[in-house]
Amino acid sequence: MSGLETLLDSRRVWRAQEIATDSGPTTLATGHAALDAALPGHGWPRDAVSELLSGGAGSGELGLLWPLLSRLGGEAGPVVLIAPPGVPYPAAWRRAGVALAQCYWLDVGGREALWATEQSLRAGCCAAVVAWLPQADARALRRLQIASASGETPGFVHRPLGRASEASPAALRLRLHPGAELEVLKCRGGRPPSGRIRYGRPAGESMTSDPVTSRRRDNPRGAPTQAGIARAAPRER
Amino acid sequence: MRWVCLLLPRLALEGALRERRDPASPFALTEGRAPRQIVRAANAAARALGVKPGQALGVAESLCLGAERGGEGVEKGLASDAVDPETTNRWRRHLADWAYGYSSQVSLHYPHALVFEVESSLNLFGPWPRLEARLRAELEALGFTHRLVIAPNPAAAWALVNAHDALAVDSPGLEAALGALPLGRAGLDAHSLKTLKRSGFRRLGELFALPRSALSRRFGGALLRHLGELRGEWPLALESYCPAHGFSRGFEFDTPVQATAGLAFPLKRLLQTLAVFLRGQDAGVTRFRLALTLEDRSTQHVEVGLLAVQRDPETLLELTRGHLERVRLDGPVSALTLTAAELTPYAPVRRELLDGPAQQSQAWAALRQRLVARLGEASLKSLVEHREHRPEAAVLGGAGPEGVATPERRARPGWLLPAPTRCDSEIAELLAGPERIESGWWDGNDVRRDYYLVAWHDGRRAWVWSDPAGAGWYLHGWFG
Repeated sequence: MSGLETLLDSRRVWRAQEIATDSGPTTLATGHAALDAALPGHGWPRDAVSELLSGGAGSGELGLLWPLLSRLGGEAGPVVLIAPPGVPYPAAWRRAGVALAQCYWLDVGGREALWATEQSLRAGCCAAVVAWLPQADARALRRLQIASASGETPGFVHRPLGRASEASPAALRLRLHPGAELEVLKCRGGRPPSGRIRYGRPAGESMTSDPVTSRRRDNPRGAPTQAGIARAAPRER
Repeated sequence: MRWVCLLLPRLALEGALRERRDPASPFALTEGRAPRQIVRAANAAARALGVKPGQALGVAESLCLGAERGGEGVEKGLASDAVDPETTNRWRRHLADWAYGYSSQVSLHYPHALVFEVESSLNLFGPWPRLEARLRAELEALGFTHRLVIAPNPAAAWALVNAHDALAVDSPGLEAALGALPLGRAGLDAHSLKTLKRSGFRRLGELFALPRSALSRRFGGALLRHLGELRGEWPLALESYCPAHGFSRGFEFDTPVQATAGLAFPLKRLLQTLAVFLRGQDAGVTRFRLALTLEDRSTQHVEVGLLAVQRDPETLLELTRGHLERVRLDGPVSALTLTAAELTPYAPVRRELLDGPAQQSQAWAALRQRLVARLGEASLKSLVEHREHRPEAAVLGGAGPEGVATPERRARPGWLLPAPTRCDSEIAELLAGPERIESGWWDGNDVRRDYYLVAWHDGRRAWVWSDPAGAGWYLHGWFG
């Protein structure tokens, strides 16, 4: 017992439960009821880095973050995207409810992306900082974690699935599965819930119910059935 | 009228020291031609080793070398430089720029001194003791030894500063203060002084006691006029200093600088000088230029553009460093010149009055400035919705004359790839589509594509298109 206390005193081990009870409302609701219920803080950590591991763009990362980004909506400051995997499509972001006037993205890479992320987190004026940093290692993440805590700015770092096995100082680690499902790998303040959490509709689902689909009949080329094209696609090579 | 006279007894030395990287090591200013240079002034470290004005340079150098051998922690021998009247004048003008922040009437009429009128400034800066403390603190920070006297007219202030420091004289007390002044300190010309001394006069007061007609008859009208100016009875018109419209200062290196990191010290000095100049003019800058003179006499220019008007030297230094980090030097740099051709009126922001959102927007402005300074203006982008059917034009702009008036209502992917890439085997299933996009015939970039939402082989959601007329599939975006 005394051995355990020595270990705790030396601060090399932290008590998972302690932080959740000590700290007040240091989280931001994710906007997904199922996810909020599963996380020990009932939301995204407010002054820490959350790490999102995925197979790349299109894994549902925007569906996951958009509710938060749209709720912060300009009042809490600008949202800064750093080194995103593509050009943000303004129409899609507006449809998701994000205030475009308060949304900026930085077209940089490598070391500069890490620097910009740290600066933005530390400045303490951004509503949220979302970065794509496949190059970041545990040391870099620790720096970002400190910057996020000192700037009291929530940070979201996207990294590839290959990094899942590495240790990470992020306060929350999520693994995204296509089809709007995720797994909690690590969360500060509690034991990670087991199993996959379904947090919303799969991305782009609304397109199915779009008027465009019904207009298919007017397609002069004579639209094949969806399944038909799916089978035809590989053959067209 | 209340005139301040600022005497700078060690301006030449202190100006030269300010341009040195190690102002604490022994340094002397010399005059005369080699090899017969004479020490004109020396800094504290050199004086401590026995260097005195009037010594031959050789003697002074050997004194410092001796100390070095004695191991008193002196790193180098005596560094020396010839007195350069132009450098001294430049620093005098620099201080005039500084004084211009306190008065619109600044004059460089008297040697080694500045006179400026402050009566109208007292309303703003408080009573004289407070203003005096402020002036002294700023001069201290700039690194100049000084003496300050305030008197009702510039001639009296100049005469009194020769004998006093921290003297404040008002009109009723002027005659008594001047009267006690020895004749040698009263700024009289050499001929009158000699005649007066021979006649047995020692102090100004003795002259004031004589009838004017007698003075004029015996010593000439010029003396009477000088006495009149001192007492403020005779108007004195001094040419006013007129600050330059732009700023340009240089810095030469003893040894060429190889890396941008070596430019930090001179840059800091130049920016501090710039900041003093800007404060005097109540102005700021939005852009300035660094000219780096390379060893081969060619010049490399670095333009520093700012998003907002700035004049704080710390901020300017940080932003300039950000700019320089992206610059690759074309060669070793032998001199650096900072030029700010355009000044912009500066409106200071009262930080303490701001709260919440205003403070935050200020912090964002500062962050933005920092990001742009290092990463370049083009890399920070905002999300602007262009009303266009073609995805490239909708995201990147360049809408034609017939850009749609209504915002896009159909599902669009969160990410658009800058250029479509060919993909065939990666598509697992078509989930929705097609959506025909046919537009842009007016600008020659017309497209005719059928877009589909597809499931990628690993389950991700992609936006792909195929040409209705041709074969092949192209990946164009991701539904994040």
